[in-house]
Amino acid sequence: MEIAFDQLLIQTINGVVTGMILALVASGLTLIFGIMDVVNFAHGELFMLGAYVGVLILAATGDFWLALAAATLAIALLGAVIYLTTLRPLLGRDPLYTILATFGVSLVLQNYALWQFGPVARKIEEPFTGQFTLFYLAYPWYRIVIALLSAAIIGALWLFLKFGTWGVWIRATTQDRVMAQAMGIPVPWVLTGVFAIGAGMAAASGVLFGPLVGVNHAMGVDWVLKAFIVVVVGGMGNLAGSIAAAIFISLLEAYASLWVSPAQAVIVSFVVLILTLLFRPTGLFVATPK
Amino acid sequence: MSRRRTTVYWTGFCVILALLIMAPLVLPEFWRRFLTEILIWGLLAMSSDILIGYTGMVSFGHSAFFGLGIYGAAAALLSVSPPSLLLALLSGLVAAAAAAAFVAYFSTRLRDIYFAITTLIFSQIFYVIIFTWTEVTGGENGLTFSRPPLAIPGLFSLRFAPNTLHWFVLAVVVLSYLLLRRITQSPFGMVLQSIRENEARTRAVGYPVERYKMVAVMLSGLFAGLAGVLYALQNQFAAPDFVFFLVSGEVVIFNVIGGIGTLVGPIVGAAFFLLLREGLSRFFTEYYLIFVGLIFIAMVIFLPQGLLGFARRWLNH
Repeated sequence: MEIAFDQLLIQTINGVVTGMILALVASGLTLIFGIMDVVNFAHGELFMLGAYVGVLILAATGDFWLALAAATLAIALLGAVIYLTTLRPLLGRDPLYTILATFGVSLVLQNYALWQFGPVARKIEEPFTGQFTLFYLAYPWYRIVIALLSAAIIGALWLFLKFGTWGVWIRATTQDRVMAQAMGIPVPWVLTGVFAIGAGMAAASGVLFGPLVGVNHAMGVDWVLKAFIVVVVGGMGNLAGSIAAAIFISLLEAYASLWVSPAQAVIVSFVVLILTLLFRPTGLFVATPK
Repeated sequence: MSRRRTTVYWTGFCVILALLIMAPLVLPEFWRRFLTEILIWGLLAMSSDILIGYTGMVSFGHSAFFGLGIYGAAAALLSVSPPSLLLALLSGLVAAAAAAAFVAYFSTRLRDIYFAITTLIFSQIFYVIIFTWTEVTGGENGLTFSRPPLAIPGLFSLRFAPNTLHWFVLAVVVLSYLLLRRITQSPFGMVLQSIRENEARTRAVGYPVERYKMVAVMLSGLFAGLAGVLYALQNQFAAPDFVFFLVSGEVVIFNVIGGIGTLVGPIVGAAFFLLLREGLSRFFTEYYLIFVGLIFIAMVIFLPQGLLGFARRWLNH
């Protein structure tokens, strides 16, 4: 089959847009992993609940940006509560127990959403409906804005980690938890804060992504799997690597869906993962240790 | 180990076995079916215990081996007529073993969390293939097939009655238990346990750790496939849902609830979980999983040893 140049370009834009959202989800996941050794299985559920909170606030106020901010804050708070109640008691145990505990959390949250909101998908209205012409397609501006916003949030996170007081604390805690504690950094609160930030980022991406597909209780599952792939391919705990991997994988999937159905295009990312594990087990964008 | 403990162990074993043999004669149809199902899920959980409890590797991909066992059996039952039990077993086991070999080759290069995530993603590969390859696997609708007779070619052939099916499943599960118990106590099993305790030292002593891990994954996958074949016989249908990673998650839950590293613990965990689900779903219809999740979290935090964790040493002697 001949693939026209315009189709390729459209898929490139699509890939970058989904890649940026995926990067937003994955950077929260990798932040939590890199700093706390916690594999957060419930990350997809935080994404999904964020979208639902967005739906509710949007219905109440009609303001998309308010909904985005409120959902981020609400889920960040929920993240802090989850951390304090289920993960802090596991501190010092094998990291595998955190997988189990967060798996339990994801069961609870997913079924809570099913109970509370029902199985019918909800819709988030786009904040603006402008479109521009891309070859034969009317391409919505909103998608471009999502990509830019995700980039802005990730950029803000990077600045915060680099220059903010808490950011410095977080990096110090990553390097040496005991020493950081000895220097007077409130390590328990730093860990809680990191989990809250990761959760808030997942919620923000949920609200941003809501208008593109419906919001339903199972939407988190796909995303958490993809985010796991991205995090492993990018190198666990490596923020820049995750972002690069997110865009790389989304682009590949977008191109693959020119030939096969989107459901099968997922296999491409699995193949990337297998190849990465075979040849660069520490991640595609990290120098392999000698 | 003292002689008294051996006696107690085997007496307990015989009593429980006798109870399980008698059970279908007294239980009503629903609970007999339920018991058979517990045994099958228990076997699946037990197979995963080889990795979680004895080698220290948490597999989140057992749904793949289980599912391929089901689909392998389905393939043999649908393509060969008349359906043959032996062929179904063989084909299910071969499918699961092939998947296990594939997964083992890649995933054993990684440790801890990375291993868990890799096995999870591998199981999703199989899920996507089965889900989208509609012409062969029936896609979302799955496959239905009929049960083969319980037969050994040339010797006898018997139709499966509900009771004989239960006894057949029980026999397979008990034999698997004894075999796995023997394996975990063999020198091979000891090496696996030493990998769990201290991988670096095991390697330093000179054992090819990767090879041992690969064999462990394949062994575990093989028994998971066996559970899949039994499930196919019991329910006579195959669906992609069984390959989905949530099943793997449940298997890990069975292990943690029952107590890892005990082999029987996972069966007890499966029984506990399924009973809990049955009980809760009567009160809370489809939202029972909220409470299952809460109980599970509480057990991870407060009872990491599981229900049978206290008896771990004793059960392994």
